[in-house]
Amino acid sequence: MPNNTFYNEILTEHNIRPFHKKKLENPDFTLEGVNPSCGDDIILALKVDDDVITDGAFEGDGCAISQASCDMMLDLIIGRPKAEALELADIFLRMIKSKITDEEKDRLEEAGILEDISHMPARVKCAVLGWHTMEEIFKGATEGSATTEDM
Amino acid sequence: MPIDIDLIRKDFPLINDEVAYLDNAATTQKPECVINAISDYYRTSNANPMRGLYKLSVAATDAYENARTKVASFINAKYPSEIVFTRNATESINLVAETYAMANLGEGDSILISIAEHHSNLLPWQRVAAAKGCKLKYIDTDESGKITVEAFKAAVTADVKFVAINQISNVLGTLNPVREFSKIAHDNGAKILVDASQSVPHIKVDVTDIDCDFLVFSGHKIYAPMGIGALYGKKELLESMPPFLRGGEMIDYVTRDSATFTEVPHKFEAGTVNVEGAAGLTAALDYVSAIGIDEIAKREEYLTKIAFEKLSNVPHVKILGSSDYVDHHGILTFVIEGVHPHDIAYIMDADDVCVRAGHHCAQPLMKHLGVMSTTRASISFYNTEDEIDRFVRSVAGIRSKMGYAE
Repeated sequence: MPNNTFYNEILTEHNIRPFHKKKLENPDFTLEGVNPSCGDDIILALKVDDDVITDGAFEGDGCAISQASCDMMLDLIIGRPKAEALELADIFLRMIKSKITDEEKDRLEEAGILEDISHMPARVKCAVLGWHTMEEIFKGATEGSATTEDM
Repeated sequence: MPIDIDLIRKDFPLINDEVAYLDNAATTQKPECVINAISDYYRTSNANPMRGLYKLSVAATDAYENARTKVASFINAKYPSEIVFTRNATESINLVAETYAMANLGEGDSILISIAEHHSNLLPWQRVAAAKGCKLKYIDTDESGKITVEAFKAAVTADVKFVAINQISNVLGTLNPVREFSKIAHDNGAKILVDASQSVPHIKVDVTDIDCDFLVFSGHKIYAPMGIGALYGKKELLESMPPFLRGGEMIDYVTRDSATFTEVPHKFEAGTVNVEGAAGLTAALDYVSAIGIDEIAKREEYLTKIAFEKLSNVPHVKILGSSDYVDHHGILTFVIEGVHPHDIAYIMDADDVCVRAGHHCAQPLMKHLGVMSTTRASISFYNTEDEIDRFVRSVAGIRSKMGYAE
């Protein structure tokens, strides 16, 4: 059963005042991520220098979970090597889909609060949208858009 | 007789004081009599209807055909054979599109629909337009969510040969004057299909008075089971139309290379039909008739008034469509500034209030209204003042739960 505590201060803060929701000048990569069935629609932009993510931002609309999750992801991955960002995305997606260790959850920092989403099938795609879009960028997707609807 | 709400609520196993069910435009809860009618059918009358030459099959046929007579009388059709059973309104519309429209429309013709159509009354016409080279035209709602008779008249230009329009919008709740629309369409030589999915459960619908060519609705929105719906079509039109699906129960004679088809409505009901659904639909229409559709309409208008007035007073909430409650017919679609509808519905679920969030299968309308998605509460006569209060309280608490100071 859902409970209101899920919309805690961390999540609502990232939703109402997302630090990374802005336009990024001269990004190296941009990709749109959409969930057509619920209308979540983000554009993720990253700057990458020598395989290190030096800056990132997102624009778009969506529910609090999609927006906060993307903002928390950017908090985590900016300043880290691309390989580590992908590793964190893998941990995040495993957290949502099944189980991870406490050590792994610690590595996700604030994004770990989204663990309970795994009990809410209808909201899973909102939570993973930003992460999946980031994965697609590094897999070489440069046009079209990413979606988590068929994951 | 006025409605005794305490007694009414006891008729519905899933209606109770724990959860406020306000998603009635999506589907309604079922009274015991409908649930029992389904199991009674299987306990007493189950056999393959229409063709069996034994008593049990006759009983199944009777259960099915009684439902047809019941529907015909409920919407005041001239003949029971003007009622074709389908799975739902969507299938009914597809049937008309794939048979009547495909056979009768062509290049230079236009199909007119409103911007406020459910996707089910939009996609079939997109397909006909693409396949037959005709044009799909839209009539917009005005700023109060309405389509006036004058605006409709102006939209029905000489090229318009078919009109498909809702009687009550599933998003705005607005009632279209479909009787006047039918006259205008007919004066122009066009046929008209009325999507009555949101009207048949809530107001008196009379196809003879409307004088439409086709009218469709789903059983499950009027307390009947899912999987049974109806298409009303004027007899001479149904007779002139080619079959929809082909197979058993819809033929007169079949050879290796050809077939002749049986009379309407069976021509459009290929395969073994949904008798349990028909039995449930009979029970549902009997139930509604016993209470009285006018009593239902009166109570729903009363509940709509309370809900509209209270919801209007909640800060940061905007109700879409008309600013007069009488135009809403139990449907209140709204947005809360700064909160996404999926978060709204989720938080309301935690308060045990069931509402719908999303685009309500009406994406072009969402675009026309300038919103991405919305939240919708929809009322049935079995709802109460307390449930409306619970709903409004839940809405009023959402912004603070989402971290806004006010």
